Amino acid sequence: MAASTKTQHREPDIRLIHNVRFRAWVIQALVLVLLLTAAGYAVYNTGKNLQKAGVTTGFGFLEESAGFDIGLTLIQYSRNSTYFRAFLVGILNTLLVSALSIILSTLLGFTLGVLRLSPNWLVSRMAAVYTEIIRNIPLLLQILFWYLAILAPLPGPRQALELLTGFFLCNRGLIMPQPVPEPGFYFTLTALLVALVFCILLWRWNRRRQKQTGRVLPVYRLSFLILIGLPLAIHFVAGSPLQWEMPALKGFNFQGGMTLLPELIALWLAISLYAATFIGEFVRSGILAVHKGQMEAAQALGYRPFLAYRLIIIPQAMRVVTPPLISQYLTIVKNSSLAVVIGYPDLVHVFAGTALNQSGQAVEIIAMTMAVYLVVSLIISLFMNWFNQKYVLKGG
Amino acid sequence: MTPVQWTPKPSQPAPPLETGVWGWLYKNLFSSLFNSVLTVIGIIVIFWTVPPFIEWAVVDASWMGDSRVSCDKLAAQGDPGACWVFVKVRFELFLYGFYPEPERWRVNLTGLLLLFSGLPILLSGMIRTEQGRTILQAAGVLLIGLFFGWGPGALAVFMLFSPFVLSRSSLKSVLDERGLSVQLPAALIPGAGIYGIGLVFLDSDAALWLGGMGAVILSPLFFWGKASAMIWRWVFLLLAFPTAAFFILLGGAFGLVYVETHLWGGLFLTLVVAGTGIAASLPLGILLALGRRSEMPVIKTVCITFIEIIRGVPLVSVLFMASVMFPLFLPENVSFDKLLRALVGISLFYAAYVAEVIRGGLQALPKGQYEAAAALGWGYWKMMWIIIIPQALRLVIPGIVVNFLSLVKDTTLVAVIGLMDLLGIVKAAMADPEWIGYTKEAYVFAAVLFWIICFSISRYSMHLERKYHVSFR
Repeated sequence: MAASTKTQHREPDIRLIHNVRFRAWVIQALVLVLLLTAAGYAVYNTGKNLQKAGVTTGFGFLEESAGFDIGLTLIQYSRNSTYFRAFLVGILNTLLVSALSIILSTLLGFTLGVLRLSPNWLVSRMAAVYTEIIRNIPLLLQILFWYLAILAPLPGPRQALELLTGFFLCNRGLIMPQPVPEPGFYFTLTALLVALVFCILLWRWNRRRQKQTGRVLPVYRLSFLILIGLPLAIHFVAGSPLQWEMPALKGFNFQGGMTLLPELIALWLAISLYAATFIGEFVRSGILAVHKGQMEAAQALGYRPFLAYRLIIIPQAMRVVTPPLISQYLTIVKNSSLAVVIGYPDLVHVFAGTALNQSGQAVEIIAMTMAVYLVVSLIISLFMNWFNQKYVLKGG
Repeated sequence: MTPVQWTPKPSQPAPPLETGVWGWLYKNLFSSLFNSVLTVIGIIVIFWTVPPFIEWAVVDASWMGDSRVSCDKLAAQGDPGACWVFVKVRFELFLYGFYPEPERWRVNLTGLLLLFSGLPILLSGMIRTEQGRTILQAAGVLLIGLFFGWGPGALAVFMLFSPFVLSRSSLKSVLDERGLSVQLPAALIPGAGIYGIGLVFLDSDAALWLGGMGAVILSPLFFWGKASAMIWRWVFLLLAFPTAAFFILLGGAFGLVYVETHLWGGLFLTLVVAGTGIAASLPLGILLALGRRSEMPVIKTVCITFIEIIRGVPLVSVLFMASVMFPLFLPENVSFDKLLRALVGISLFYAAYVAEVIRGGLQALPKGQYEAAAALGWGYWKMMWIIIIPQALRLVIPGIVVNFLSLVKDTTLVAVIGLMDLLGIVKAAMADPEWIGYTKEAYVFAAVLFWIICFSISRYSMHLERKYHVSFR
């Protein structure tokens, strides 16, 4: 073969195995077959294992009565309620602690971010030290620390610390007076609603008038007055139809009032303090991402620092801050599942914990639990896409 | 005409509020009324928090003694401080969990091996010569030999010196002429040899393991030209070290007592979970990211579905799934170690996150890099491993490290499914009736350990970021 190489021209190798498209199809078919086999094997084994354990598959169990109590219920629930009801209670409790944590961590986080950028040396260093300490310690450890090391050793109800009149802190949680609305209270609520609508209309009108004539009303002060004044006035005219039910010590525990469970307080504080460090970093990097020239231009135009921040810097910074902020909110919702270690009755604790152990419907329950989190994250990512299309700079 | 001598007036001193200590104080702390208020609030906060903490943790704390009595004695005198005696007494438990006491040297040995396999890579910026690194490793071999005897010493010689030796030997040039049909079988010879020797001295399982690993580790000899010692170090760290660690820690071969995984615990278990998670999630993440950018619809769909589902659910639910559903998926007679379930859960979970970060890096690479590789006629995998992935990884170091940091922090979640990691063992120790009431000490101790680990990782990542910083603009 080596002898006749003069004008030998090599035939191109056109065997099927060198065809890229053919190869792609073979590989995909192989992967598909492998996956299906594995899934089929798993389903087969699961069916057999469940049969042996005497568990009937399907979602019929949701109609059965759950038979366990839940410490915190936002909707009507008793031990005779169905598993589906328990599922709803779990979702609502998860959403409750997530919403509380999102509000508190946003407030703390924005404060932290601004403090870190403050020209005040001491304060910015303190914010930096706080951030570096808190975000390098596992969240679970912080939750347990608040729950077991701070809240659990508090005195019992009889020696409860009275923070303000009617506010008691003890190892049963934070006990507060509970508002009890009487029939006339709906007037106050209606007034609040009317005031809110009126304020929004006022803002729009003011915006239009400013564009046309350049004159402005002090809308912030006005709407503040309206929002507080109108409902209060109606409230007193209607004869103060709101009673406060004061907690009182009876026997070994408090009667009346409402209670923030220690589990809720620990979870809320730990998640908020932890998430605030991340939000603070987003805010800081967002403000730093706005070009220096923007501030200088604002100053050259004679804006005072506050107005320059409100009208020039913050709107541009928010464009950078919002996407990571939203995904941090999603992380908060997911982190609320750590509730399971301290027994706060969230979705994972109530449903994937207690309900699973009682009914044995592992597959259905885990799937439903994951589906809830998936739906939440789907909604949030849809919102993100909408936001990106609307606010992120076009072109570039 | 007399020349007028112009003598400048001596310059006035700078205003007192512009220079020196006062200037600094004025500028940084009291430049306006608002700033002064902030400073005062800051000082008050510091006075509220720092002195009481130091008083509790250092001044009033009890350090001496070995039982609760010494703490109670101090507490009886008045304001009680921290009782570090509790941590001191339980220290070994926090480090090793319930790993049997006579066997704990095995954990130490594994730690030292990891340290000396990793140090030359970590410190490659500081120790610049190959000789320096080898001297460092020689120190490691000496240390291990002195402390643990000749057996571990021999292992250390193999683990630490082989990269240096292998970098100076390659069989590729000898076999190159004869092509793949000779290279492939030849690559299996060393593995088969090790297997044979193993069969004579050890049981068949261990021999099979060793032979397989030997084949994997030594096969590059037949395909690569000369690889640098650094590359061999990575190969040993990622392939040889895990195998060695597996046998040393679990035992059941080489005359080591078998130690069940439910006895593993403490900081040791935390490091095992974190290390395995990091080592497994990075390659898995790379594959997932490549799959997501693949042009094959089936593979793309599978990868996208996996990544998006995992990223949408909390780690706790993944761990629950791993601990409740994995056993259901398998036939009943197959048991599935609890630790292994947690490891699989954590690795898969973080692989999805790492994949998204790496996808960002892949997208940020200029198209010219792909085209250049294609123009050279390179195939897909060669292009990816040699051109694309190294550059993409370099771009996303910060993102990857952020994920690894949260992996280290999330190792604490294995306590949810009943494993005794550092946090789990600390919680268990607090339940000991003899030591009730020392919750704060235990948690502060665990927090400090975690903080040291996480803070050093984040600082090291900043160093890496500076070292590999590139810009395509």
